[in-house]
Amino acid sequence: MAEYKGVIVYGELVNGKLSSITSELLGGGRPLADQLNEDLACILASDAVGNASKEAIAFGADRVYVVEHPLLKEYQGDAHIQIAEKLVREITPRIVLMGQTSIGRDLAPRLAFRLGTGLSTDCIDLSMDPETNLLQQTKPVYGGNAQAIFTSDILPQIVTIRAKAMSPMERDESRKGEVTSPSVELDPLAIRTNIVEKIKEEVTGIKLEDAPVIVSGGRGVGGPEPFKAALKELADTLHGAVGASRPPADHGWVPEAMHIGLTGKIVAPDIYIAVAISGASQHIAGCSGSKTMVAINKDPEANIFREAQFGVVGRYEEVVPALTEKLKDLLAE
Amino acid sequence: MPDIHTIVCCKQVPDPEAPPSVFKVDTAANKLTLPPDMKPVVGQYDEFAMEAALKVKDSAGGKITVLSLGNNIVRDVIKKTLAVGGDELILLEDEAFEEGDSWSTAYALAMAIKKIGEYDLIFCGRESSDWDAGQVGLGIAEILGIPAVTLARKVEVTDGKARIEQVIPDGYQVIEVNLPAVVTVTSELGSLRYAALKGIMVAAKKQPTVWKPADIGLDPSQVGAAGRLLKLARLFQPVKEPKCEIIEGESPAEAGANLAIRLRQAKIL
Repeated sequence: MAEYKGVIVYGELVNGKLSSITSELLGGGRPLADQLNEDLACILASDAVGNASKEAIAFGADRVYVVEHPLLKEYQGDAHIQIAEKLVREITPRIVLMGQTSIGRDLAPRLAFRLGTGLSTDCIDLSMDPETNLLQQTKPVYGGNAQAIFTSDILPQIVTIRAKAMSPMERDESRKGEVTSPSVELDPLAIRTNIVEKIKEEVTGIKLEDAPVIVSGGRGVGGPEPFKAALKELADTLHGAVGASRPPADHGWVPEAMHIGLTGKIVAPDIYIAVAISGASQHIAGCSGSKTMVAINKDPEANIFREAQFGVVGRYEEVVPALTEKLKDLLAE
Repeated sequence: MPDIHTIVCCKQVPDPEAPPSVFKVDTAANKLTLPPDMKPVVGQYDEFAMEAALKVKDSAGGKITVLSLGNNIVRDVIKKTLAVGGDELILLEDEAFEEGDSWSTAYALAMAIKKIGEYDLIFCGRESSDWDAGQVGLGIAEILGIPAVTLARKVEVTDGKARIEQVIPDGYQVIEVNLPAVVTVTSELGSLRYAALKGIMVAAKKQPTVWKPADIGLDPSQVGAAGRLLKLARLFQPVKEPKCEIIEGESPAEAGANLAIRLRQAKIL
């Protein structure tokens, strides 16, 4: 039987560059590998990997496996699973880390079921049990109303990790690592899906994930207009971005790309201003990493006041414009 | 093309929209305790999956089989899927099915689907509303050896193919896949339609088919808690002290202005 050793990150590229989730996974994997006294490796599979392999080393990888193929350009589960399955079978890592991203959500279950091993998705904390060398996998459950710690004694242990749950290491270009290009055959006939077209839904302004300030609206906002008016004006005043909880996205008031929550984007701004958001656990899951949360809601009993540090009880239609005006004055001083 | 047979996997769960305060954990038993009068619901993403199946039936005809796994499945609750237009209901219901993980659940569902035999599309919610794992749909596809498309916001069937709008981070993409296939559905597909009175009456008369592990060729040791791969080491609720400073004012507008002053004072803005 093969010996399972080391930690492997299945990395992701965005526009040819190492994605932020990948450096976070490397940051989360490094202490686990150190504790095991084993290697931290990273798989990068795309049409062209370029400098991303060096980046992965700078962010903590000891070894990078590069697989390049034109069919890996756009993510398709049936293509990437071939790479993931073959490499993980060959490398036999103890732990496989993936992002809780649209790619990781799609790929990790395929891999776990192919390998016949367990998978915990959407983990927010990992620790190593020093006695068993098994991972304690902490993940929110019941929409964030509770947390579970899972373990599995079947190797490899596979987990996906929530965005912003782990911190990347300081980028260090002097770090040494090895880049290898294993030959992996990709069978085009095993790709049973066909991407016909891609439609981008433009969200103007600062990207939500990068915004230091987010003004977010919920069901209580009542319609699409305020997202373009009152909420946007407050966000613009603070050089921030506008987001939303799930109901506005489901109702089509805002594009899905603005949805913050368990099944939307995960954000961690300096300031999160929740406007007419009740504060369901599923929404808090997407913004609980915010440094300061401010809540504006007419319902004093709303759960959001249990999460926020500052709050105003009142109709947002009156509170938000007054807040914006006063901030404009104060910031101009 | 002949009528489309879709299978929808639906799970009975504690109402995820219930206020957070009702969710309590018995840490000794590693179990959720809920108020006894709290009625379970069909998982919210499973409802979107049901709606996806109904939309396919609206346009392409055919029949819908609803499949649910668990124990003590409340008939009134799961029959909602029949009242809105599901044709048949199969329950994998037994004590042995309790407390499974994604692995044992997907395995039992896949064996049931094999027993059903003929199918074109299998719809699952993107994730359950209790353990939030998001694995079962993909697991069924792997076990059955058929393709899977995740996070669908629209599904149409033509000429033996499904055309699926899949949500991606900056928009969506259109994917074509040959049938049979598994499709997992996300909230943007749209809420489940309301049941008409006629549908409710038809559903009331229908009796679900109940299958035990042996009916799908499985030993009780292969399902539920006995068949799981992940061990639940601990279930808990992190202690959280609410500490919200409520900013007052003579009017909401004044409170808004006072909030600006307070945030500035605290050097937050």
